[in-house]
Amino acid sequence: MNDVSGQAQGVRRVDIPILTRVEGEGALFVRLENGQVTDLRLKIFEPPRFFEHFLRSRTWREVPDIVARICGICPVAYQMSASNAIEMAFGVDVPQPIRDLKRLYYCGEWIESHALHIHLLAAPDFLGFPDAIQMAKDYPHEVRRGMHLQGLGNAILKIMGGRPVNPVGAVPGGFYRAPARGEARDMLHKLKEALPHAEAMVRWVGNLKVPEVTRDVPSVSLRADDEYPMNYGRIVSDRGLNIDVSEFPQHFQEFQQPHSTALHAHLHGAPYWVGPAPRLNNNLDRLPPSTAKLLGETPVAWPSNNPYHSALARAIELHLAMVEAIRLLEAYDKPPKPHVDVVPHAGVGAGCTEAPRGILWHRYELDEQGRVTHATIIPPTSQNQAQMEADMRTSVMESLHMSDEGLRLRLESGIRNYDPCISCSTHFLKLTVEGR
Amino acid sequence: MAMARIAVHKFSSCDGCQLQFLTLEDELLQLADRLEIAYFIEATSETGDGPYGKYDVSFVEGSVSTPDEVERIRKIRENSTLVVAIGACGTAGGIQALRNWGDLDSYKTSFYTMPEHIDALPTSTPFSEHIHVDAELAGCPPDQGQLKYVINSLLAGVQPRIPSESVCLKCKRDGNVCVLVAQEKPCMGPITRTGCGALCPHQERDCYSCFGPAETANIEAMGRRFIGAGLPRDGLVHRLRFIYSWSPPFKAASERWLAGQADYAPLPTSRTVTPP
Repeated sequence: MNDVSGQAQGVRRVDIPILTRVEGEGALFVRLENGQVTDLRLKIFEPPRFFEHFLRSRTWREVPDIVARICGICPVAYQMSASNAIEMAFGVDVPQPIRDLKRLYYCGEWIESHALHIHLLAAPDFLGFPDAIQMAKDYPHEVRRGMHLQGLGNAILKIMGGRPVNPVGAVPGGFYRAPARGEARDMLHKLKEALPHAEAMVRWVGNLKVPEVTRDVPSVSLRADDEYPMNYGRIVSDRGLNIDVSEFPQHFQEFQQPHSTALHAHLHGAPYWVGPAPRLNNNLDRLPPSTAKLLGETPVAWPSNNPYHSALARAIELHLAMVEAIRLLEAYDKPPKPHVDVVPHAGVGAGCTEAPRGILWHRYELDEQGRVTHATIIPPTSQNQAQMEADMRTSVMESLHMSDEGLRLRLESGIRNYDPCISCSTHFLKLTVEGR
Repeated sequence: MAMARIAVHKFSSCDGCQLQFLTLEDELLQLADRLEIAYFIEATSETGDGPYGKYDVSFVEGSVSTPDEVERIRKIRENSTLVVAIGACGTAGGIQALRNWGDLDSYKTSFYTMPEHIDALPTSTPFSEHIHVDAELAGCPPDQGQLKYVINSLLAGVQPRIPSESVCLKCKRDGNVCVLVAQEKPCMGPITRTGCGALCPHQERDCYSCFGPAETANIEAMGRRFIGAGLPRDGLVHRLRFIYSWSPPFKAASERWLAGQADYAPLPTSRTVTPP
C-alpha cells in the first residue's frame, strides 16, 4: 500500500495513500528535491457531511442528538460544547450539581478515548507492532489493562447517557436523567479498584521509548480558575493569549486548502497546537495532588514541546479523569432535577470544551422559538491540521538519513501523536466569521 | 477449516459503527482468535490484500455520498463473498441524508471558498441502492450484542434474523414509565425498530428513532397522536426527518405530511374537541 520511491535524480517521494490507525480517512504526500521539501500535503478526503447546514431550523433540544453524530469517538465533547453555547444564548445559569454531572460525563469520554488511543492506536508504533491485537500476544497484560480502563470510561458514559457511542442523556441545561445512587456506588467501586492499574499504565507509557524532538508552536487550551479544564474556562496559550470563548473568531482564522475537505486554522496567522499535551502544558498547576505526584515520577520534564509526549499526556489525563470521577462520585447526591429548565428566546451563544483531542468550539444563533438559524463548529483536528503539516515538514528534514520504510513509519506515528479525528474535521466551517 | 477473513470498510460516517468493534474490549481479542481481521485500517497497519482483496465477509459502515464511494462499494461487492451493511448510514443513508431534500450546490458554496474542490453527490444513500447487500444491521450505532450475534451467525453459516418489532415491547418488558402516555412527549418508540434496549425511555426521555422504522409501524396514527400531544406539523416532519429520514417508510410519511395529504386529526379523540 505504501510507497516510497525515487522518481528521478535528487527527487524522493513519500506516499502514504491511506493513514492507518487514525479515525477517518486521510493520506500523506511528501515530495523532496535535492534534500528540501518542495511539497507536503496531509490530504483529508473524508467526504463532507454538511452538519452546519442541516442544523438550521432544528430546535435547541435536537442539537445535542444531531452533533453527537459528527464524531463516533467524541460525542460527549460535541454535546457539551453545543449545550454550553445554547445555555449561553438563553442566559441559563447551570448550578454546581449539574456542572459536576457534566464533568463526570466528560471524564467518561476522556477515559474511553485516551485508553483507546494509547493502546489501540499509538502504543503499537512504539513497540513495533502493526496493531494492538498482535501486540497483545507479547503484551497481553498491558493490552487487557488498557481495554479494561477503556471499558470503565464506557461504563461512566452508560450511566450518564445509556451508551458510549451517540449517548442519549444530554440536553441543554443538563441531563434528562441523573444516575441512580446504586449506579453511582457501583461505578465508584469499579473506579477505585482500577486506580492502581491506571497508575501502572502511566508508568508503562512514561517508559516507552519515543523520539526526542521539539516543535516551536504555541500550546492552546482552556484554563479554569479552580480545576483542570474540561467543560469550562478561558482560551489561553503559553504565549500570552487569554480570551473569553466568545472572542475566538477575533484571534483564530479558518481557511480552505484544495487538498483537504477539512479547513485549516491559524492563531494570529500561524499554526498552533491543541490536545492533551498543550492542555497539560498550560495546566500543570491544576492537576490533583495524586496525579501531579505521578507526573513527577515519569522521566519527562513538563511543559514539553515534543509531540511524542502526547501519549504520556493522555495517560496522565486518563489518571486525572479517574481521580476526578472518583471525587465526584464520592460526593454524589442525586439531584432532585438533573437539568435546569430552559426558556428559549432569540440569542447567540458560543461554547468551547476540551475534547480528548483538543478544544472544540461551537457557536449558534437561535430565533425566538429556539430554532437554530446559524451554526459554526470548529473541531480540534482542523485546528491542528496546519501544525500537523508543519510538524511533518520538520520531521522529514530530521529523518532524511532514514530508510524509506523508516521514514514512512516515523511520519505516520508523528501524525498519530495528534490523534486526528478526521471524521469530525470535515463538516465544514463557514469562512466569514465575526470580526473580519 | 481456514479462519474466515473479514474486512471493515468506512464510507461517509462518524466512525461510530467501527468503534462498536474497537470497544468490544476483551471480546475484540476473542474475536481475533476466531476470525482473521484482514483489512480494517482504523485498527491495524497491516492492510491484508488491500481494500479490494478477496474477503469472506466485508462489513461496510457509512453511506454512499461521493462518486468515488459508488465505485468503491461496487469493487468491494465483486470481491466479497458476503457484504454486511452496518448502521443507519449504511442501511438508510444516515443523518447526512438530510441533504437529499436540499440543493447541494448551496451547501457547498456556503461552507467553502473553493467548492470546485469538493466532490460530493447530491444525495447520501444506503448501500442497498447500489449493490446487493447480504445482511443489514440497523442502529445509530448498531447494538454490540446484535453485532456479535450477526458475526456468530455468519461464522455458523446461518442467515442472521434481527428482530423488527417496535421498541415498545422491550420498554414494557423493562417496566419503564411510558413517556408518551404519562408525559405527552413525542416518543418514536411505537414506530421504531427494537435493538437499542429502549435506551431513551430508560433515560426518561422520548425516543428519536435511531434504529429506524419497525416492520409494522403505523406512522400516520403516531403522527396524529403527536398532534394530540401538542407537536406542530413541522415538528412532525422533523421527527421523521432525522437519523432515518431516507428510510422508505419515514421518507414517504414525511412527504405526505409536508404535502398536506395526511390525516391530522389529533389522537386520542376522547381528549380532542369534536370527534368527526
